[in-house]
Amino acid sequence: MFLRQCLTVAAKDLRAEWRTKEALNASLAFSTVILVLFSFALDPNPEMMQEFSGGLLWLVFLFAGALVLNRSFAREMQNDCLDALLASPVPVSGLFLGKALANYALLMTLELICLAEFGVLFNVRWLGNIGALLIVMALGTWALTVVGTIFSALTVNLRLREVMLPVLVYPMMVPPMMAAMILTTSLLNGDPIGPGNILWVRVLAGFDVIFTLLGVAFIDTVLVG
Amino acid sequence: MNALEIDTVWKYFGDYPALRDVGFNVEAGSVVALLGRNGAGKTTLLRILAGLSKPSKGSVKIHGSEVREEPTRRRIGVLGHGISLYDELTATENLVLFANLYGLKDSEKRAHQWLERTGLERVRDGLVREFSRGMRQRLAVARTFIHDPEVLLFDEPFTSLDDRAIAVLQSLIADAQKRGCTIVMSTHQLREAIELATHVVLIRKGQFAYAGERRQEMLDDPTWLYRTYEGDGAA
Repeated sequence: MFLRQCLTVAAKDLRAEWRTKEALNASLAFSTVILVLFSFALDPNPEMMQEFSGGLLWLVFLFAGALVLNRSFAREMQNDCLDALLASPVPVSGLFLGKALANYALLMTLELICLAEFGVLFNVRWLGNIGALLIVMALGTWALTVVGTIFSALTVNLRLREVMLPVLVYPMMVPPMMAAMILTTSLLNGDPIGPGNILWVRVLAGFDVIFTLLGVAFIDTVLVG
Repeated sequence: MNALEIDTVWKYFGDYPALRDVGFNVEAGSVVALLGRNGAGKTTLLRILAGLSKPSKGSVKIHGSEVREEPTRRRIGVLGHGISLYDELTATENLVLFANLYGLKDSEKRAHQWLERTGLERVRDGLVREFSRGMRQRLAVARTFIHDPEVLLFDEPFTSLDDRAIAVLQSLIADAQKRGCTIVMSTHQLREAIELATHVVLIRKGQFAYAGERRQEMLDDPTWLYRTYEGDGAA
């Protein structure tokens, strides 16, 4: 029943987003602009890309991802839909996980498209370690999703939520972003995940588990009080 | 067992006490008219009864259980200020969504039944954002009733309704009364509320100025309550 309710909430969000494409269009446009501007501003050569390819890619994911995450609970404020959801028998943790699943699907879609654009604009070959790269993206994106979803709920009633969400999310994301950036740079340089960098995978996985549990534990206090 | 037990409830917003030591028990099958001026605390109380807000002190129980417990929330239907429907979904999708969230079997069948009952069958595949105001409100009424709640909480339900929506809602409230549902309704429509009610609660500045059975004086002159307990004739 809990899983069914989570999936019902996730399906609702994805269907609504598919009909309007508000968040996806905005974030895709924004990420494309950032990548193009970076390619002009930095004019990177292969040596430069070996240093900061992962950092650049995850910066784009973070900035564009905020546009998706901002819409997450904001869409519930229209017509007081959040009240109906909270009054229903769905556990608030189920509401949180359902929204996180929808956000995750949207963020992964955005990132896969960005990855393709990144490869073209910066002449980076990312197919070599694609399996490991997808695992790092999956873990890093879940970290962004859970932190972004909980803070989307926290800032939903604020007038300046579009500003406050990134201000709150980005500092929290420093540990997983460091891990994701370092791992991604290694993988894009052709280095596999091994004893030298497995620690960062553990950092990502640990962050995901801890913040998922924290999100589930505190969402009721955030939304109901 | 009482349907509603409101026990020494306080609610603060910052330092401001929106509700001050309110308490009242409502028997199952009662209809409670929640009256009071704008800002008196009606919506605050209703939100606490619906589990949308927690009291700062005190407790609220519905059929003996805490409001936030899942089985309790299955028994409550809430119609607030907003329609609580998704503009990007169709009428059917909205009702199926809430039917699924309430764990109802045959959610599609139920949705169609309620669309028919509220006169929206012809627009079942239309997006809610394309609906007129009256249609949106009838759909909101369908959403409120779709899971056959035993306790109904209405916050100014007749405000801004067109005639057709009013007729639908009045018919559903009458059916709910016959089924023995407990209804708490905040409204500014004094005469209609008092005629419908078995009990009346008047909130004044966060406190219950009156909380008890409907009296003949209220039926004879709906403004009697305000004149007696608030000291003026304006409702």
